Amino acid sequence: MKRTIPLFISAVTGFVLIATAFIPKFVDWGNDAMAWFNLLAAFAFVLGGGNLLKMQLQKISAQQPGWGYSAVTLIAFFITLFVGLAKVGVHPNVNFPEFAWSGDYLEEGSVFWWFFEYIFTPLSATMFALLAFYISSAAFRAFRAKNTEATILLIIAVIVLLGRTYASEWLTGGFSNEPIFGENGITYSDFKLDHLTQIIMEDFTTPGMRAIKIGIALGVASTSLKVLLGVDRSYLGSDQEA
Amino acid sequence: MLKILQNLDRRWIFLLMFVAVAVPLIMGTTFPETPSGEVIAVFDAVDNLPDGSNIVMALDYDPASAGELQPMASAFTRHCALKKHNIYFMTLWPQGIPMIQSSIDILNEEYPKTYKGKYGTKYVNLGFRAGNEGVIKLVVEDLKKSYSADIHGTNLDNIPLTKNLKNIQQVDLLCNVSAGYPGSQEWVLYGSSPFDIPTVVGCTGVQAPIMLPYIPDQLTGMLAAIKGAAEYEQAIINHYPQLAENPKAKEGLIRMGPQLVAHVLLIGLIALGNVIYFWERKQGTA
Repeated sequence: MKRTIPLFISAVTGFVLIATAFIPKFVDWGNDAMAWFNLLAAFAFVLGGGNLLKMQLQKISAQQPGWGYSAVTLIAFFITLFVGLAKVGVHPNVNFPEFAWSGDYLEEGSVFWWFFEYIFTPLSATMFALLAFYISSAAFRAFRAKNTEATILLIIAVIVLLGRTYASEWLTGGFSNEPIFGENGITYSDFKLDHLTQIIMEDFTTPGMRAIKIGIALGVASTSLKVLLGVDRSYLGSDQEA
Repeated sequence: MLKILQNLDRRWIFLLMFVAVAVPLIMGTTFPETPSGEVIAVFDAVDNLPDGSNIVMALDYDPASAGELQPMASAFTRHCALKKHNIYFMTLWPQGIPMIQSSIDILNEEYPKTYKGKYGTKYVNLGFRAGNEGVIKLVVEDLKKSYSADIHGTNLDNIPLTKNLKNIQQVDLLCNVSAGYPGSQEWVLYGSSPFDIPTVVGCTGVQAPIMLPYIPDQLTGMLAAIKGAAEYEQAIINHYPQLAENPKAKEGLIRMGPQLVAHVLLIGLIALGNVIYFWERKQGTA
């Protein structure tokens, strides 16, 4: 039963959603299914929190290397959860002044807002900004013209890196519109770095990405059918009947 | 010399990158930008609408990507404000709510005549809903099944802007600023494309190649990375010169300075790395 019911729900929901694309009568059913899905998605946050707890507690109890970080994670998790749920420092909503907890948990000046503004935001930005340092180190150590493919990649990288900045104007901005060889249409300005970047993006990247997307779409359609028909049951977990 | 470079501590490279980014930022160096066709398409999509049109602004990003995307969101907001458009803010990212607040602050502080004290009649904040593309599928067909109330808990039937809004097929333009999943691609796949909703997006440089195949049929235009933001700011300044006096309206343009120096440094490092590689190969140690 533990497997049959989820399989049945998946199949019915999936086929209803497919039907909404072709039969207007099914649109309301599809919308109801999506509303249920969105509710379940909200519960996923609870599951996520539970999973975080379980994993970190396991690390702490087994005294695994780095268990101190797990302790920090849990302390931060509980403090944030508390100030968010208890709405510490939040004033009641002007529309519902009689309800003490009716204010917005992210209200400016509240403790949760302070955490977000002065801890989460700078930490997130710092983590993302670190990429620049690692990319520069990788560029120096790993980006080598070892073979023809790597060399082509390297040349394209240099063109795009320069073409996406004002350097293209400095280096190639003076290229004229005069034809190079006779009247064949190719001009010096065709070799401006920003123009070359545009050609790379439009004539190479876009068709390549389009081909990949078509492939992915066919794969998704085939996998979805397998799931809806119950052929692929891997999303239910282990094959062993619980 | 090459031997020293061969064993160069990576912390020197980190220091070089730090200087490359910090110096132009501190000096506030900017360079003129020429808006590309894609950016002009975005500008026209917002600008050609009659004043007071309805725009959905979906801001799907978090503080980690704000450095790249906030200038776009701010530029979209300023452009819409200059056109006195009605704005519906929403996000599919839980961390997106403060990002929306930044845009609302722009409306209230820089365009008080049009927007201050006009919540519900000129703009509304729908906030966050969980469900990713599930939310998109609902808002394009039946908004109130997903959003029964705004971020303050006010029923959408009691808000003038949303009272008669059945779904976002009724709006004039969808602007999405996105840092990944769920974001621009999902809005195109489940929102704009099946229902022909005019859509423009701003996305990170990593997402740009993924979004390119949708232009121009499913997507009117795209701002790609900080370069796209800078070009869009320039396009707005070209048409509304009063913004040239506002330094906050040039965030993207200011960030192109560090980008230029950092890119040149990267090319220099790649070149140096290859010189060492070929020298090692000649020595037979590579």
